[in-house]
Amino acid sequence: MSLRIVVCVKYVPDATGDRHFADDLTVDRDDVDGLLSELDEYAVEQALQIAEEADDAEITVLTVGPEDAKDALRKALSMGADKAIHVEDDDLHGTDVMGTSLVLAKAVEKAGYDLVITGMASTDGTMGVLPAILAERLGVPQVTLLSEVKVEDGTVTGRRDGDSASEQLEASLPAVVSVTDQSGEARYPSFKGIMAAKKKPVESWDLSDLEIEADEVGLEGAWTAVDSAAQRPARTAGTIVKDEGEGGKQLAEFLAGQKFI
Amino acid sequence: MAEVLVYVDHVDGAVRKPTLELLTLARRIGEPVAVALGAGAENTAAALAEHGAVKVLTADAPEFAEYLVVPKVDALQAAYEAVSPAAVLVPSSAEGKEIAARLAVRIGSGIITDAVDLEAGDEGPVATQSAFAASFTTKSRVSKGTPVITVKPNSAAVEAAPAAGAVEALAVTFGALATGTKVTSRTPRESTGRPELTEAAIVVSGGRGVNGAENFSIIEALADSLGAAVGASRAAVDAGWYPHTNQVGQTGKSVSPQLYVAAGISGAIQHRAGMQTSKTIVAVNKDAEAPIFELVDYGVVGDLFEVVPQLTEEIKARKG
Ligand SMILES: Cc1cc2nc3c(=O)[nH]c(=O)nc-3n(C[C@H](O)[C@H](O)[C@H](O)COP(=O)(O)OP(=O)(O)OC[C@H]3O[C@@H](n4cnc5c(N)ncnc54)[C@H](O)[C@@H]3O)c2cc1C
Ligand SMILES: Nc1ncnc2c1ncn2[C@@H]1O[C@H](COP(=O)(O)O)[C@@H](O)[C@H]1O
Repeated sequence: MSLRIVVCVKYVPDATGDRHFADDLTVDRDDVDGLLSELDEYAVEQALQIAEEADDAEITVLTVGPEDAKDALRKALSMGADKAIHVEDDDLHGTDVMGTSLVLAKAVEKAGYDLVITGMASTDGTMGVLPAILAERLGVPQVTLLSEVKVEDGTVTGRRDGDSASEQLEASLPAVVSVTDQSGEARYPSFKGIMAAKKKPVESWDLSDLEIEADEVGLEGAWTAVDSAAQRPARTAGTIVKDEGEGGKQLAEFLAGQKFI
Repeated sequence: MAEVLVYVDHVDGAVRKPTLELLTLARRIGEPVAVALGAGAENTAAALAEHGAVKVLTADAPEFAEYLVVPKVDALQAAYEAVSPAAVLVPSSAEGKEIAARLAVRIGSGIITDAVDLEAGDEGPVATQSAFAASFTTKSRVSKGTPVITVKPNSAAVEAAPAAGAVEALAVTFGALATGTKVTSRTPRESTGRPELTEAAIVVSGGRGVNGAENFSIIEALADSLGAAVGASRAAVDAGWYPHTNQVGQTGKSVSPQLYVAAGISGAIQHRAGMQTSKTIVAVNKDAEAPIFELVDYGVVGDLFEVVPQLTEEIKARKG
C-alpha cells in the first residue's frame, strides 16, 4: 500500500525584502515578492527522501494562501512532489494560527494521509507551533523539530536536538513530523523537474469544500488581535574606527566607558 | 484577585531564570500559581515562593520523561481546570511553545508566542512582540478564550516578592495521546560552564570570518574574559565549527543581552533577527561595507585575528 505523505508549505514574503504590515495590521503580501518559505523546502526534501526509500509513496503538497501561493506549490512540484492542493478563499484573509491549523487539519483529512511533514516555522510568522497544533487537532503523534528522520514499517523515528539534550523519538504512523534546517540541504529543481511540474495536478479547494464556516477563520474569526505595529526606530549610527594596530584597545576603552569592564 | 498560571521550566528542581521573569510579569496581571512537573518538581517551591508564587502545583510521573510533550499538556490542562486562571504563561522554549499551543487548542483559546513584554489591559493582557526580524514591534491580545502566552527569556527583570508558595499535589490522568511519541533515548548536552546563551548578559559570537573550528578558541577566550556566552552564525555552524545549539538567528536562538559582540559576521537579515534587540552591539569585521556596521554602537574595521586577542588582553589587564 502506498505511503501517503502530505507536506504543508507556506507562501511567504521574501525575508530579504522590505517586509511590513498592511493597514489592517495583517502581513502585507502585495509590496514584497513572495516565495516558498525556505524552511519548508527542508520538509519537501525530507518527504522526497522518505518517498525514495519507500517501495511506493505519493507526495501531496498543501498550502493555505492567496492566489500567488500557487508559486510555492509549483516550486515544490518541480522539486519532485507528485501533486498539489491549494486552499484558497477570500474569507481566509487575516486567519491566525488557530484558523490556519483548522483548515490544514480538515484538508489533510480530506486528502488522506499516513504522514504529514511541515517545516520548523514559517519565515514570516515564525511561531513554530503549527505542527504541534495540527497533531493535537488530528489526534495523532507529533514528532517535531527533527534534524534527522526515517520512516520504516509504519514507524517514524528521528532525532530532536533540544537545548538540554538530544533525544531519539519514535512513533507509529499516522503522525505529524516537522523538520529543522539541520535536516539536510534541499535540492534545486532540475530543468526536467520544472518542465514536469507544469503537467502535475493542482487542485483548488475553498472553505465550503472543507465544511468550514467563514466566521471560524479570517481576521474576524481570529483568536488573537493585533492592536498596533510600529517600526522599530533605526539604531543610531555608532562610532566606526579602522584598526591601525590599536583597534582592540579602542574597543576595550569603549566597553569600559559603557561599564562592561 | 485573578490567578495566573505559570508553567515552570526547571532542571531537577532548579528553576531556570526565564521562569522567575515570568513570575514578575504574571504579578502585573494577577496572582501567580506555578505548575512544576517531573523529577524534583517539589524542590522548585522555595525559589517560586520567593518570587511571588502563591501556590505551587506539582506532579511527577515517568510519562513526563518517557514521552514527548503531550503528558505535560495533560498536566497543564489539569492545572488549568483546577484553577480557572485569567491567563496561562509559559516560557518560550521550543518545548514550552508546543505545550502552550496544544493547551490553547484544547481550551479553545488563542495563543501568542514569543512575547517580549506583557502588561495588563482593559481587554486582557497585552503582549509586545517583535516581527519581521525585529524590525517591527507589535502589541497584541488574545481575543478568544483564556489568554495563553509564551514569553521569551530576558523579557523582564527578576524581582523578589515573597508569597506563600504552598505546595499542592496536582492530580493528572493521561489521555490516549500521551504515550504517542516515545523518547527512546536522551543524551544530555555537556555543560560548558559558560552562561546559557538566551539568558546571558553578554554574548560573544563568531561567524565565517573565524575560519575554522580551532580558531573559535579566540572567541571563547574573549567570552571568558567578559563572563559571556558564546554564539555563532549559521555559516559557522553549517561549516561544523561550532554546535547548532549556539546558533544565533532566525533558526537558532534569539538573544537580547546587554552587550552583543559580533566577530567575523556579516549581519544577514536572518542573523539580525536573533540579535537586533540587544542593548549595545559592537562588531569586528574586515569589510567596512558589512551590514552589521549599520547596527553597531561601536565597530572596528579590521582583522579579527588581530583585534579580538588584543581586546581580550586589554580586558584582562583592566580587570587585573
Ligand atoms: C531560512 C534561513 C534561515 C537562516 N537562519 C540563520 C540563523 O539563524 N542565524 C544565522 O546566523 N544565519 C542564518 N541564515 C543564514 C544567513 O542568511 C547568512 O548566510 C549567515 O548569517 C552568514 O553568516 P556569516 O555572517 O558568519 O558569514 P558571511 O556572510 O560569509 O560573513 C562573514 C563575514 O566575516 C568577515 N570576515 C572574514 N574574515 C575576517 C577576518 N579575518 N576578520 C574580520 N572579519 C572577517 C567578512 O568580511 C564577512 O562580513 C539563515 C538563512 C536562511 C535562508
Ligand atoms: N498557510 C499555510 N499553509 C501550509 N502550511 C503552513 C501554513 N502556515 C504554516 N504552515 C506549516 O507550518 C509550519 C510552521 O508554521 P508556524 O507555526 O506558522 O511557524 C510551516 O513551516 C509550514 O510547514
